[in-house]
Amino acid sequence: MNIAVKADSPAVNYLNAEYGWKSWLFTTDHKRIALLYLVSITLFFFIGGFFAMLMRIELLTPRGDLVQADTYNKLFTMHGIVMIFFFLIPSIPAVLGNFFVPIMIGAKDLAFPRINLLSWYIYILGGIFTLSAILAGGVDTGWTFYTPFSSTYSNTYVMATALGVFITGFSSILTGLNFIVTIHKMRAPGMTWNRLPLFIWSNYATSLIQVLGTPVLAITILLLAAERLAHIGIFDPAIGGDPILFQHMFWFYSHPAVYIMILPGMGVMSELVACFSRKRVFGYSAVAMASLAIAVIGFLVWGHHMFVTGQSMYASMYFSFLSFLVAVPSAIKVFNWTATMYRGSISFQTPMLYAFGFIGLFTIGGLTGLFLATMAVDIHVTDTYFVVAHFHYVMVGGMVMAYLGGIHFWWPKMVGRMYPEGWAKLSALIVFVGFNLTFFPQFILGYLGMPRRYHAYAEEFQVLNVMSTAGASVLAVGYLLPMIYLIWSLKYGERAPANPWGAVGLEWMTSSPPPTFNFEATPEVTWEAYQYHEVNAPEVEVDG
Amino acid sequence: MTADTGLRIVQHDPNLQHHFEEPKQQHEAATLGMWAFLATEVMFFGGMFAAYSLYRASYPDAFASTSQHMDVIMGGVNTAVLICSSLTMVLAVRAARLGQRGMIVMFILLTMLLGAVFLGIKGIEYHHKWVEHLIPGFNFEYEPPQYAREAQILFFLYFMMTGMHAVHMLIGEAMLAVLAVMAWRGRFTARWNTPVDMIGLYWHFVDIVWIFLFPLLYLIGKHHL
Repeated sequence: MNIAVKADSPAVNYLNAEYGWKSWLFTTDHKRIALLYLVSITLFFFIGGFFAMLMRIELLTPRGDLVQADTYNKLFTMHGIVMIFFFLIPSIPAVLGNFFVPIMIGAKDLAFPRINLLSWYIYILGGIFTLSAILAGGVDTGWTFYTPFSSTYSNTYVMATALGVFITGFSSILTGLNFIVTIHKMRAPGMTWNRLPLFIWSNYATSLIQVLGTPVLAITILLLAAERLAHIGIFDPAIGGDPILFQHMFWFYSHPAVYIMILPGMGVMSELVACFSRKRVFGYSAVAMASLAIAVIGFLVWGHHMFVTGQSMYASMYFSFLSFLVAVPSAIKVFNWTATMYRGSISFQTPMLYAFGFIGLFTIGGLTGLFLATMAVDIHVTDTYFVVAHFHYVMVGGMVMAYLGGIHFWWPKMVGRMYPEGWAKLSALIVFVGFNLTFFPQFILGYLGMPRRYHAYAEEFQVLNVMSTAGASVLAVGYLLPMIYLIWSLKYGERAPANPWGAVGLEWMTSSPPPTFNFEATPEVTWEAYQYHEVNAPEVEVDG
Repeated sequence: MTADTGLRIVQHDPNLQHHFEEPKQQHEAATLGMWAFLATEVMFFGGMFAAYSLYRASYPDAFASTSQHMDVIMGGVNTAVLICSSLTMVLAVRAARLGQRGMIVMFILLTMLLGAVFLGIKGIEYHHKWVEHLIPGFNFEYEPPQYAREAQILFFLYFMMTGMHAVHMLIGEAMLAVLAVMAWRGRFTARWNTPVDMIGLYWHFVDIVWIFLFPLLYLIGKHHL
């Protein structure tokens, strides 16, 4: 295999090809749109984090002293809505996927560049609706909008928030649609399905969920809005409607959405583990197929959120069984990443530290998911902090770790500058420690019976809650540091060579940052993915 | 790359966007994109069909009783109108493939006319529902009274489903109007007519939704007659 890399970047790249705000706001370049998304989701991440911090400060003491119960209800609702719909769902697909899906398959752009830009504007519009609802006074239904509270009883800004979520859903649909078409139709000559990087496979699986799941959320919110408006509707028990139907329809999207939030992270993991172990991913096709299996089975497990609603016991058994089944492909991935590292030449750069973190934390998050899929155990821990800890281990310990790992891995390519390795390693460590200190005590709290969504709690839970709040403060430092040094690196970072990691993959064969059309000429792929055993040494050293 | 373009003169089809290699790839991408979009539409309407199935199974008698309040004649005429509009749409697509500019415009305008007839009849039906006090949540009085509660669920679904369908028709009409102008200006040729093809797919999809809506909403109780 021949990795021809230019030592120095061409004078003109996608960042300096045009200047001025118009060249950003009207761009159709997938790389620039990815950066627009990067800035916007970072903003939402810190807004959501702010609500989390307020909650953790309130929970320092058993009595409700910082905020009242009503305010607390709004805090956890807005934390959930902002983090899920405005950070986690767009995070890796809309930023790293947008930037790298076309480059990794050797295309000049996504199939529909204008639709790509449209998706960002739709995202911003949805964000404005939701933010204005927050500023106007917030919403207290929980991110799940359960009826009949949301349709009838809540007197907060349910409509504006739900409308924001409805609108943002279309941005997610359009991104997914764009990826599906791009991956099918825009691959470079020789880039067969079996040669696709696993990041592409996982984004493809994610896109299937986005395209098939999100419309169901859209119609569910629309039915909810109509019901709130007309004071009567299909979820209204007064006329024989069933509020549980809302939960079915909501989770039909929102459980698969959990996989929208983790599959792209798994894709990043495959890239990181292969690169920093210098080995082909063990069981490439098993990992690729596991992504699709998760996408398919993930659509059939939603009822495990509803074991205590009074749904049929037989339905619960079916959902329990399938929830165990959906863990299998995830386990395949974890085992295969571990097997990839086995006898690899492992190096400990920052992205790999995040990858290590992901494997450990995702495994804990996944295994506790199996506890929750077990009906009897679920009834014991339903609506306790055990559930909160479980999904934060997957979403934050998994997805946010993978996102940060991916950002560090591809930062040199995206902006043409290296980040400061020492600071980055330090903050990766801080994130890992802070995360565990925040969320591990919550497993114990939940198992001991502390319910979620309350602003006050019994005295005996205080020690663990103080640990959790202390951890959250550490975690906040761990998240602020990268923002500071990454911005610093834009001006002061070392200039990045085309391939700082000695990685394989088309994105490393073009300059850093890439030219507007990604490659000087359309590449022809004649090799399999992850041919690390054929690369003797990195072509370009970090220090040049 | 941008710096290069000044040095090379690249000759290609003006309708070929720069990021595609050839017109065939561009057309295939558009087609796949449209089908993927229609899949999202199926899921969108699917939510309402699922709710319909649940409540119809739960309240079969109340649902059957609503048929006497539905105007089967108007619904039937509308079904025929929409099927005809699918025919004129497909004739427009054929005309586009043959590059017959005048025929494209004519068939698109015919399709729009039939769509407008459908929406007009639908509007009259909505008005009748209002007069007959069949709007759930605003004015609802129902005969026979023992079904008054559950029948509201069907009417709620009726307005949501036909309403969403009508919104899709309106969007279709707007897109057809753009197509008609583009066709009039001679934008479509035998070589490039992808938009006509794509809007055609959309239009057929919207028609098919109605093909399911009509029996499910209008004819529930008819087999008792």
